[in-house]
Amino acid sequence: MLMPLPDGEIIARRAEIVAALRRIVPGEGVIDSEIERRAYESDALTAYRTLPLVVVLPETTAQVVEVMRYCTAQGIKLVPRGSGTSLSGGALPLADAVLLAMGKFKRILDIDIENRCVVVQPGVTNLAITHAVQDQGFYYAPDPSSQIACSIGGNVAENSGGVHCLKYGLTTNNVIGIEFVTIAGEVIRLGGKHFDAAGYDLLGVMVGSEGLLGVVTEVTVRILPKPPGARALMIGFPSVEGAAECVADIIGRGIIPGGMEMMDRPAIHAAEAFVNAGYPLDADALLIVELDGCDAEVHHLVAEVEGIASVHGANSCRTSHSEDERLLFWAGRKAAFPAIGRISPDYLCMDGTIPRGRLSEVLIRMRQMEGLHGLRVANVFHAGDGNLHPLIMYDANIPGELERAEEFGNDILRLCVEVGGVLTGEHGVGVEKRDLMGTMFNEIDLNQQQHVKCAFDPHSLLNPGKMFPQLCRCAELGRVHVHAGQTRFPDLPRF
Amino acid sequence: MVAWAAGESQALRIAAGGSKRDFGRPIDAARVLDLSLLRGIVDYEPAELVLTAQAATPMAEVTAALEARGQMLAFEPPDWRGLLQSEAEPTLGGTLACNMAGPRRVRAGAARDHFLGFAAVNGRGEIWKAGGKVVKNVTGYDMCKLQAGAFGTLSVLTEVSVKVLPRPETTSSVVLFGLSEADAIRTLAAALNSPHEVSGAAHVPAAFAGRSQIAGAFPAGQAVTALRLEGPTPSVVYRASALEALHRPCTILEAPESAVLWREIGAVQPLLAGDASAVWRVCVTPSAAPALLRVVRDTLAGAEGFYDWGGGLLWIEADASLDAGEAAIRGAVAASGGHATLVRGSAELRARLAVFQPLAGPLEALTRRIKAAFDPLGILNPGRMQQGI
Repeated sequence: MLMPLPDGEIIARRAEIVAALRRIVPGEGVIDSEIERRAYESDALTAYRTLPLVVVLPETTAQVVEVMRYCTAQGIKLVPRGSGTSLSGGALPLADAVLLAMGKFKRILDIDIENRCVVVQPGVTNLAITHAVQDQGFYYAPDPSSQIACSIGGNVAENSGGVHCLKYGLTTNNVIGIEFVTIAGEVIRLGGKHFDAAGYDLLGVMVGSEGLLGVVTEVTVRILPKPPGARALMIGFPSVEGAAECVADIIGRGIIPGGMEMMDRPAIHAAEAFVNAGYPLDADALLIVELDGCDAEVHHLVAEVEGIASVHGANSCRTSHSEDERLLFWAGRKAAFPAIGRISPDYLCMDGTIPRGRLSEVLIRMRQMEGLHGLRVANVFHAGDGNLHPLIMYDANIPGELERAEEFGNDILRLCVEVGGVLTGEHGVGVEKRDLMGTMFNEIDLNQQQHVKCAFDPHSLLNPGKMFPQLCRCAELGRVHVHAGQTRFPDLPRF
Repeated sequence: MVAWAAGESQALRIAAGGSKRDFGRPIDAARVLDLSLLRGIVDYEPAELVLTAQAATPMAEVTAALEARGQMLAFEPPDWRGLLQSEAEPTLGGTLACNMAGPRRVRAGAARDHFLGFAAVNGRGEIWKAGGKVVKNVTGYDMCKLQAGAFGTLSVLTEVSVKVLPRPETTSSVVLFGLSEADAIRTLAAALNSPHEVSGAAHVPAAFAGRSQIAGAFPAGQAVTALRLEGPTPSVVYRASALEALHRPCTILEAPESAVLWREIGAVQPLLAGDASAVWRVCVTPSAAPALLRVVRDTLAGAEGFYDWGGGLLWIEADASLDAGEAAIRGAVAASGGHATLVRGSAELRARLAVFQPLAGPLEALTRRIKAAFDPLGILNPGRMQQGI
């Protein structure tokens, strides 16, 4: 993975830059020593590491403004970071960029039950929002698996999902307002406690922009009343086809479960060995279907789903009879990643989305690729929305295995696009899938996205090297007439 | 066609069905880009929950195809033909471009939340695409959100993919009568805050309740406060009785009457008696809505309104003379947070007043840069949203 060449001139000015930042953020808010900077050298995509130029931890929006103004004035790049749990390298530092870590923005500012919203600073963790309102019977719906650690600001940047997003939506459907700072140091508020923002839906484009458009300093989220009850079904199938048809039929009958997860045989075995949830080891595919709502609804839907499962040849079906049992059914699925980590020294977690109807075909071709790349893969799948997480197992200590795992992952994502799907359902493009953007989008599509980037960040100072396979020169992009098909910037290095 | 217009710097008014032609500022364009031939459903797989259609496909065709398979557009696009005094056919592209949303907005979101992907032509005359045809996708910037609610000022949509959802098996409404506005909004909030999955929450003052087709079901001369429930039959029956127990005395409307009531609320039917009035759509913090309407009534003789989205949407009817209540309404909105749009007004009024919430400072500058990022020559629906946008 090639990143933009660091600017030696900026690196040479490190001491001066540190001093200038210390004037803005006093005390321990500027991290200078190499040992302490090491803690920030990667996010959850640990295969990539870069020591940041300097780390700044501002505490106020005014300090963020000053840092951004300084970086703009000096032409210094800036990489924003939340909790550093990105699986796509969204917060990977650059050697010539200031790393702006938002971890000190930890306050919950306003809990407004009457209007069903909470206003928080971006460093508040996803789960802390639910903790703040659960006594009053509410919760914040998007639940990425890192929710204990990931920050809401990072969720906004990545448009994070979770197991409940088919029914309750992604981050973008649950954030109703933000305050953010542009690279020029302007503070802009979008939305608020009311529905829809005035004018263009800039809130919609800020969510999921992977830290390339602005730094979020405040977030207003919608909270929902907690469903009165939920039960989970654990259904084993002798074939992936049976499980896939069962999923299609559940949705075809008009049922949108709160969660609907599928695991393949390797994932079932790894998870069962890890947590002993009672998963059926004779099954080729396991479905966990969670139905939530009032008792009358849950009771009615459980019966329907049990019926549908048996029609599609399920060879085991258990329904939770207590909250403990429901959580036990989930325990294996929620622990699937560490379970794979236990049987393999390293693994890559991929994140494509496919039309659900193509699932069996995709899994069969993935098995063929295993032979080709000489690596094994286990699959967990948000079955309701078609979001696939193949976990490619490898050993980084064996020379060449990481590269083979990455190539395998790229092949899987190309396959997702080939069958009508997309490169990423919830983890983001980051550096991980950056060079595959061309499989989904042509040059005009990508240039139109870059034009939006230029409207926010004309000098490409914010989080460069992420999302786009090619750096952007806004002035040249601005020319209106370009001959069709011509490569725009032949002199720019592709990385 | 757009490439030609870009080459010649010719402004275009983008039209398909034409049902929302009078929504927004009058467009300064000598030429019309008529998309009405871009119609037809391209792909519809009910089990994938995705429908792809050409942009000018009539809503009637989309709705019929979805109904045949027991599905729907969950954002409940309202029929504003009465409001906009048009008999033209609404299209899917127009519905998305105007980010339409009906009463189910409180629970299911607006058009923006269901817009998955598209092909379009930008103001440079380039064909481009974004998003995808699957329900979960974060690849690249979320350009669907930008196009939804851009009123055709950023690109010309040619093909669109939307998320579709199952139609609820049944529906009913719990209706309370005679509440004061402040009590009604508190009641709506309490119901939305309950676990009963309320999917519609509206309050119509007494003056308008009598105009409903189902007014016979209401006691005469009383305000109507309505809560909608949808889902599997046993669930709806249970939740309706639970709400009924909390709110006695009240009436339960069964599916057919409930459907009429919510269709009327989405269509702004309570305010359609006088066709010369101006109608404003105000998005506001729900709990602030009654005070806002009180202030508007106090400063603007004859102004009236009703509430949807639990108070989050306030429809206000005002006399169309002078500023049609703009100063009073925008003043009240400024005090409470939110935004106001003049949805119905004469062309003269829509040219003279700010139809959409005025922007200022860095947000206005950014908005103009976004416009230029898609349409640098300003040829797509110029001036529809703001001067020059």
